[in-house]
Amino acid sequence: MKKEINDFTKSLIDNRPSEQINIMEVCGTHTMAISRNGLRQILPDQINLISGPGCPVCVTSSKDIDWMIEIIMNYPVTLFTFGDMIRVPGSASSLQFEKASGKDIRICYSPLDALDFAKNNPERDVIFIAIGFETTIPLTSVIVKRAYEENINNFYIFNIHKLVPPALELLLLDKEIKIDGFLCPGHVSAIIGSLPYEFIAAKYRIPCVISGFEPADIMESLDMLVRQYNSKKPAVEIQYKRVVTSSGNPTAVSMIDEIFEPCDSYWRGIGNLPGSGLKLREEYEGLDAMKKFPVGPIISKEPPGCQCGSILKGIIKPFECKLFAKACRPENPIGPCMVSSEGSCAAYYKYERSR
Amino acid sequence: MQKVKKDFTDSIIQLSHGDGGLKTAHLINDLLLDYIGNDILGKLEDSAVLKLDENKSLAFTTDSFVVNPIFFPGGDIGKLSVCGTVNDLATSGCKPLAMSLAFILEEGFPISDFKKILSSIKKTLDEADLRIITGDTKVVEKGSVDRIFINTAGIGIVDNNYTISPDKIKTGDKIIINGPVADHGLAILSQRKEFDFKTDIISDCAPLNGLISDMTAVSGEIHALRDATRGGLATVLFEIARNSGLDIDLFQESVPLRKQARGICEFLGMDPLYIANEGKMVAFVGRDDADKVLEIMRSSKYGKESAIIGEVLKEGKGIVVLKTDIGTERLLDLHYSEQLPRIC
Repeated sequence: MKKEINDFTKSLIDNRPSEQINIMEVCGTHTMAISRNGLRQILPDQINLISGPGCPVCVTSSKDIDWMIEIIMNYPVTLFTFGDMIRVPGSASSLQFEKASGKDIRICYSPLDALDFAKNNPERDVIFIAIGFETTIPLTSVIVKRAYEENINNFYIFNIHKLVPPALELLLLDKEIKIDGFLCPGHVSAIIGSLPYEFIAAKYRIPCVISGFEPADIMESLDMLVRQYNSKKPAVEIQYKRVVTSSGNPTAVSMIDEIFEPCDSYWRGIGNLPGSGLKLREEYEGLDAMKKFPVGPIISKEPPGCQCGSILKGIIKPFECKLFAKACRPENPIGPCMVSSEGSCAAYYKYERSR
Repeated sequence: MQKVKKDFTDSIIQLSHGDGGLKTAHLINDLLLDYIGNDILGKLEDSAVLKLDENKSLAFTTDSFVVNPIFFPGGDIGKLSVCGTVNDLATSGCKPLAMSLAFILEEGFPISDFKKILSSIKKTLDEADLRIITGDTKVVEKGSVDRIFINTAGIGIVDNNYTISPDKIKTGDKIIINGPVADHGLAILSQRKEFDFKTDIISDCAPLNGLISDMTAVSGEIHALRDATRGGLATVLFEIARNSGLDIDLFQESVPLRKQARGICEFLGMDPLYIANEGKMVAFVGRDDADKVLEIMRSSKYGKESAIIGEVLKEGKGIVVLKTDIGTERLLDLHYSEQLPRIC
């Protein structure tokens, strides 16, 4: 592996552009892998890696967190969530705090656990926090369909799923950010394929490479991006060939389509993005926790001084946030970028602080 | 190096206070020590050492065991309670003398399970050549405790002519570990129903006093020993560096890690350096003796895969730098929380 990485490093140095270019690594898993392996230390200065909004927990708004907390405070439900969500601060509390205060909040690693619990405990209303991009949406679709078909009537989802390609388009239109290439998410692309990114190369003339997560994958992908940039022939290339094809996983895509339809969605830092979210189709609306458990008007506020929004768009790096490593630390996070296992600030705090 | 004291403002105990990382350190340093701290307790060593006379000191340790599940691949809560106590004592270089053992049992706990645990305790005591000389048993109503919790204490005798303590760590010391990391934590996780993976990995739970006495017999330059339990290898090194003010280099490629463990950690997004062990001792050995200590460890039952994994540098900022296997480097810090309760 070392030799491969050395070869790509040499190629990047030999082919480096004369001016600085910004490559946006969209996916939180890439953010972590880049920092954990110290890849910035071996890249030429001309290649500036900026993080994007590909961290589902990070782009969940304060309002959505507050909404979940309102539900758990007002209804005797059992809430299932992935581990990361539990520590994200809302305006006044967090799921972890509510759990410690006695609310029935449980961490699961698969939504099937939530569904099984609902089946085995018909007297409890069970809500699964359905969060994530296209990688996790198929699994939510499967459990929604199962719950519907098996008449598991005490199971609901708090749906905050989002879609990646609309967010990428918005970033390209944002005049505050200059993006010269995208390192595209590997697992999302395993589902959607490479075709949904074609507009980036065709319409906006920006290079794209779909990358795996090993250090050698990332270095190879960066090498491919730089070559596209230099040749002025932007395209959508797949480096992660062992997992991703151009058509993706049509079965998974049709599963999603059966259960959900696109809608607007609010992304922290970005704002309301048309067509970037999903809502349950009418047939499955009975499983919508937001409808089943109405709560009063939610007044949310983003924490003062929090710059997660700018970090999520790649405008600033975590070090440039005034709160980073001072008021905002992993043990006392102010915003979700510091909490999430895929958050830029968490990655920088854990891995990028040097001697 | 002085730790900066922070105000303790949490209003309730959360699971993260018990994970051996940042929040645990905060609870101990900024709350507990305020009430009951003193010069010995404040050292926060695995075993406290109390001078008896010119030649001897008493090593004293205590621990509680709440592991879930109580039976796991490679051991059970009984074996763990003996190993954990013995290993804490062993870090002082003492000859372990005896233990106490107290049970808190839940109403309804099957006697057949209790017998298995007692049998396991006996077997491990025999291996460690140790006796339990005092104990206690409490029974509480169903739901007040989860099946069985165990508390122990252990005592041993330290030869004052050969003391082992983090105070003795020096620039140039080599850092040696007796085998692969993360086995215990992963073995436990594989039994938790929320994790869906099958593995051959078993807990490394083992009494290491035999290994330590082999090491001290062959070298007078074992400067410090720490067992890498909750919080893993990284946490041990972080604490040593911070408390001593010395910088440490850790070579990622040298840290023994089973291939399966590497794969599971990648899949779960966990860092093996922070995962709990129950049979791993980190030794700080004078540079000139490192090779011979390594050799003796490799000939010992629980040290066959021992490796030199790092070294102690000069006085600096008290930081640990991980040299990655691709030639880059990064700081190792205390982790916030892996959300893995009841790992030991």
